[in-house]
Amino acid sequence: MEIEKKPDSRFGSSPDDRGFYGKFGGRYVPEILIPALDDLAGAFFAARKDPAFQQQFASLLHEYVGRETPLTYAGRLSEHFGKARIYLKREDLCHTGAHKINNAIGQVLLARRMGKTRIIAETGAGQHGVATATVCAYFGMTCIIYMGAEDIVRQKLNVDRMRLLGAEVRPVESGAKTLSNAINEAIRDWVSNVGDTFYIIGSAVGPHPYPLMVREFQSVIGKETIDQSLEQEGRLPDHVLACVGGGSNAIGMFHPLLPHENVRLYGIEAAGEGVQTPRHAATLSGGLPGILHGSLSYLLQTQYGQIAEAHSVSAGLDYPGVGPEHSFLRDSGRVTYAAVTDGEALDGVRLLSSKEGIIPALETAHAIAYLNMMMPGTQPDEFVVINCSGRGDKDMETIAKYMKSP
Amino acid sequence: MSNKGRIQRLFEKRTGPEKIMSLFLTAGYPDPSETVELVRELEASGADLLELGMPFSDPLADGPTIQYASKVALEQGVNLDSIFDMIVEIRKNSQIPIVLMGYINPVLRYGLEAFFYKAKASDADGIILPDVPPGEFPEIEDLCQKHGIDPIHLVAPNTSDSRMQEIDRASRGFVYCVSVTGVTGTREGDEVSRSVSGFIQRVRKNVTRNPVLVGFGIRSHADAMAVSSETDGFIVGSALIDYIRGIYPGPDWVKKTGDFVRELKYGSQIRQESPRM
Repeated sequence: MEIEKKPDSRFGSSPDDRGFYGKFGGRYVPEILIPALDDLAGAFFAARKDPAFQQQFASLLHEYVGRETPLTYAGRLSEHFGKARIYLKREDLCHTGAHKINNAIGQVLLARRMGKTRIIAETGAGQHGVATATVCAYFGMTCIIYMGAEDIVRQKLNVDRMRLLGAEVRPVESGAKTLSNAINEAIRDWVSNVGDTFYIIGSAVGPHPYPLMVREFQSVIGKETIDQSLEQEGRLPDHVLACVGGGSNAIGMFHPLLPHENVRLYGIEAAGEGVQTPRHAATLSGGLPGILHGSLSYLLQTQYGQIAEAHSVSAGLDYPGVGPEHSFLRDSGRVTYAAVTDGEALDGVRLLSSKEGIIPALETAHAIAYLNMMMPGTQPDEFVVINCSGRGDKDMETIAKYMKSP
Repeated sequence: MSNKGRIQRLFEKRTGPEKIMSLFLTAGYPDPSETVELVRELEASGADLLELGMPFSDPLADGPTIQYASKVALEQGVNLDSIFDMIVEIRKNSQIPIVLMGYINPVLRYGLEAFFYKAKASDADGIILPDVPPGEFPEIEDLCQKHGIDPIHLVAPNTSDSRMQEIDRASRGFVYCVSVTGVTGTREGDEVSRSVSGFIQRVRKNVTRNPVLVGFGIRSHADAMAVSSETDGFIVGSALIDYIRGIYPGPDWVKKTGDFVRELKYGSQIRQESPRM
């Protein structure tokens, strides 16, 4: 079966050569990083065209990560709603337990190509930190992970994994002690060690070319989903869901699907204790455009332009910014962004665990929870794909606490 | 604006070998009600130029000292309007050139046009936005031109020759030479002066339109002299804030800060001779 490939002019060309997706993106960074970003962009665009690099990337994804990941029919979950058929794109089955390793492999290959010997990364839930520590162990490279002190407490299992893998985990004590502060500290490290250090950003955020690189290395998710949908259902899905913190799993799933305008795309953010309260992380629902961590995008901020503290039960979504391409896709209307609360997400964990025997990460559970809002509007002849971006082992302490509470 | 601004006039007036000393102070640190008096003391003690920091919650080019000062200022409610009010107060009896320095997001939220209008109306002279390198935000360059605010940009040791020339063309007032690759306030003086000489020579070759001030890591008069011998002057920020942090709110903290500043500029042997204003 032929897939209809009609490039949509609104999306085909983004970003432009300065890294803008519409008005969003750019590279608003200290001058010290400009030469580093120029070098990085040069290396990335060369690697992108180099068949040897692509071959090495593809074979590591196959032999080390275990790709392709299955598209699993969720029969009992589908029955539960009694509407459209639901499939799960099983990124939770990637080596290390989440989609983050796709990008970590791509960027570490680039670092090696550029002759960098020292790797730094930030992490929120710890999945990107574990993925980075893993690829550094695989290639025998020095690895330093910045992680908010608050996240170190709530994702202890991943901290132990990173240390076992040989990474140094540096606690970040500033601000809310979560992902955003860890990115600040990683950028400070990069500014101070720019000669030998490669900063592997884990989400689709940061200055150009990071959002583009992360999209490129994660888009294997969407490409496989297209092939598997055609094979298993004979056509593309009607609805595709992914959770959005910075937005790496979502952009990897969405980007190959953007030209297919009949596929409806939904990005689900963390509403924390509610978007109407000050304690949420729903940047695209409750934020305003601004500049943080090198790019212009929607941002949770005060009336004076100070960055607001985000809140989510899920450390991976607990971030006051979002990738610039998501801001562009929001304003263009191509993707629908919505938000679900901490409580709804925890119910989502229970739902998927009990119906399918799959314990999702708290991040992923936000997309699961949105089924409650979306499924009643679907038709029995439609089918839905949820990006099951990670597994929930790392969240068991948080989940267990919730199960005990009334 | 065809007439020369305060910053250009400052450098034109300089004839002897004495270096221009620019001080960075986070607006509202250690206490917003003390900023105006503190600035008067800094000027009386030898500051030629003032960089007034606009505090931001996520200062990612700054080390622990300026992060701390920013946090203290924000906790006391400092915002752009209160900073403009401070400048109006300072201007009542001072003509020291004032450069606003801070990150772009609070400026964006304030509104670019409104910000530049108020900056000029309160009689500030220049602006440094470390996260907006030349070429990334053309609208800001236009607004600087329109309102007569000098845009000041940074060069770093890893900046190429051609990029230095571009930065020189985009700047007015002076070019801020970052002596080491790093965040503010985290290097020892020895380390700074050892590594900086070849770099400064490259800056001198490529930055020809504007004076050059060198900063990052200067903690003493000796550091300042070693690093700035080939430049028009030097910038001290973190060392000043660290000094204040050590003595505030003890007795005579403003006067003692003045003594510290005099020593930074003139060295310790001058200190006893220099009469107080």
